[in-house]
Amino acid sequence: MKKLVCMAIATMALLGCLTGCSKSSNGVVSTDGSTSMAKVVGSLGEAFQNNNPGMKFTYNATGSGSGIKAVQEGRCDIGLSSRSLKKDEKAQGLQETVLAYDGIAIIVNPQNNISDLTVAQIADIYTGKITNWSKLGGSNAEIVLIGREAGSGTRDGFESIAKVNNACKYRQELSSTGDVITAVAGNPHAIGYASLASVKKSVKALSINGVIPSEATVKDGSYAVQRPFVLVTKKDKALTDPAKKFFDYAISRDANKIITAVGVVPAN
Amino acid sequence: MIKGKKDFSERIIHGGFLLLGLLTVSCVLTITVYLIISGIPAIKEIGLVNFLFGTEWSSTAANAKFGILPFLLTSIYGTAGAIILGVPIGFFAAVYLSKLAPPKVRAVMENAVSLLAGIPSVIYGLVGMIVLVPKIRELFKLPDGASLLAAIFVLSIMILPSIIKISMTALDAVPKEYEDASLALGATPIETYFRVSVVAARSGIATAVVLGVGRAIGEAMAVMMVCGSAPNMPDSLFQSVHFLTTIVGSEMAYSSGLQRQALFSIALVLFMFIMLINAVLKFFLQENKEV
Repeated sequence: MKKLVCMAIATMALLGCLTGCSKSSNGVVSTDGSTSMAKVVGSLGEAFQNNNPGMKFTYNATGSGSGIKAVQEGRCDIGLSSRSLKKDEKAQGLQETVLAYDGIAIIVNPQNNISDLTVAQIADIYTGKITNWSKLGGSNAEIVLIGREAGSGTRDGFESIAKVNNACKYRQELSSTGDVITAVAGNPHAIGYASLASVKKSVKALSINGVIPSEATVKDGSYAVQRPFVLVTKKDKALTDPAKKFFDYAISRDANKIITAVGVVPAN
Repeated sequence: MIKGKKDFSERIIHGGFLLLGLLTVSCVLTITVYLIISGIPAIKEIGLVNFLFGTEWSSTAANAKFGILPFLLTSIYGTAGAIILGVPIGFFAAVYLSKLAPPKVRAVMENAVSLLAGIPSVIYGLVGMIVLVPKIRELFKLPDGASLLAAIFVLSIMILPSIIKISMTALDAVPKEYEDASLALGATPIETYFRVSVVAARSGIATAVVLGVGRAIGEAMAVMMVCGSAPNMPDSLFQSVHFLTTIVGSEMAYSSGLQRQALFSIALVLFMFIMLINAVLKFFLQENKEV
């Protein structure tokens, strides 16, 4: 009796494995890269899957530098980067298509009473010239610098605009935009930078030179700290059909509504 | 004769098991050979002394430097700290659970320890990042809590389950006659447990410590979320640091050229390190047996 029951359960369990063998997808689009683009790519992918039943869309959040490497090595169809390609990356046969523009929000803890800084002050903070919040009108506490890993598009964008390339001494180097937001939300004296689209109520975004970061100010250029969201593909290798479908959809005007809904400025 | 038939099927099964065993050994050999081949070029280019004892790691700077002393020291201190915290707690917990606890308490606590063993490392990292790091910041009045100390706390909790479970098994296996004899000679229960049971179970307890060390050295995911990820020398417990494991985890995805080869060399160093520790601990174990 016991044997019979066990056999029955085992057969049912094995049959359960067959649920994966449903109508096989017509195609898979694999994307890999920037963590800042998570919301945009997630919404676009969902809409794409809804419009094209049977197609699967995947996104791997590994960071801009890693995404560029992935598409170059052929591990994914489309690479995602939150910075423009460098010269040597273009020389290796990669091409970029700008999808949207995103602001980089400089974030502090909501308990911090500072709400406005200039780019020069931010540069001084990150190079270590200003080390205490009191010098800027805040409380008497050491400034804790949170940043991203070396391959991050957000870090690259921030450091080039603030002109502090490779001169920052970070207290913590985290590997995603979400981690930076969590770290700043958990420390009242921390300052960090993250994608504007991902900023939540748990942190406060500073205004730069009096300009509040928002979609409008990114669009008209008055918010200076911004960078492009870029789709990276190989020059000499054509995209697979599903990937091409997604690519064309993402840069078309139909996708603009979704891109704007996420808080990012469409490029087309 | 039936004997002939049995012989043949015995041989087949024998061969099958041999094959599986060889498969396991070949996996280890493949990893070792691959690590050595990928790790040697960077060491040759950077120079062994500069690599192992250089104090500066700036892999993406224009003038890149690849010194891994900060990571070596951090891994050593981190593991030592985890052992100092984790082994006494684990050891005494095991003695309590094995010898002193009433059966109901033991059942409940054993389940708790098993649960602790099953928790994925990412969860430890998450809880560490959200709960432990701010608490350390408040307690020690630091600007930021992500530090070597946070990593040591997380590591010591992670190695507790293995130390407790294996020590408990070793202590349970001590023949009751030893303890009865000791009690009959007039020793108190506590004296018996620590002077007879523990001594009889010492090789099992040593194995538990070795396993704990192995886990502590190799842990990357949980530690990455609480250590701060800055390549500093571990001069202070309260600084942001990088371990051998976390630097490979952070930088591998986007690395290229010499940086990538250097990361493979770090993996090779880590591998050699673990083998060295295993060999040293085994040596001390052998000594114990002879005594």
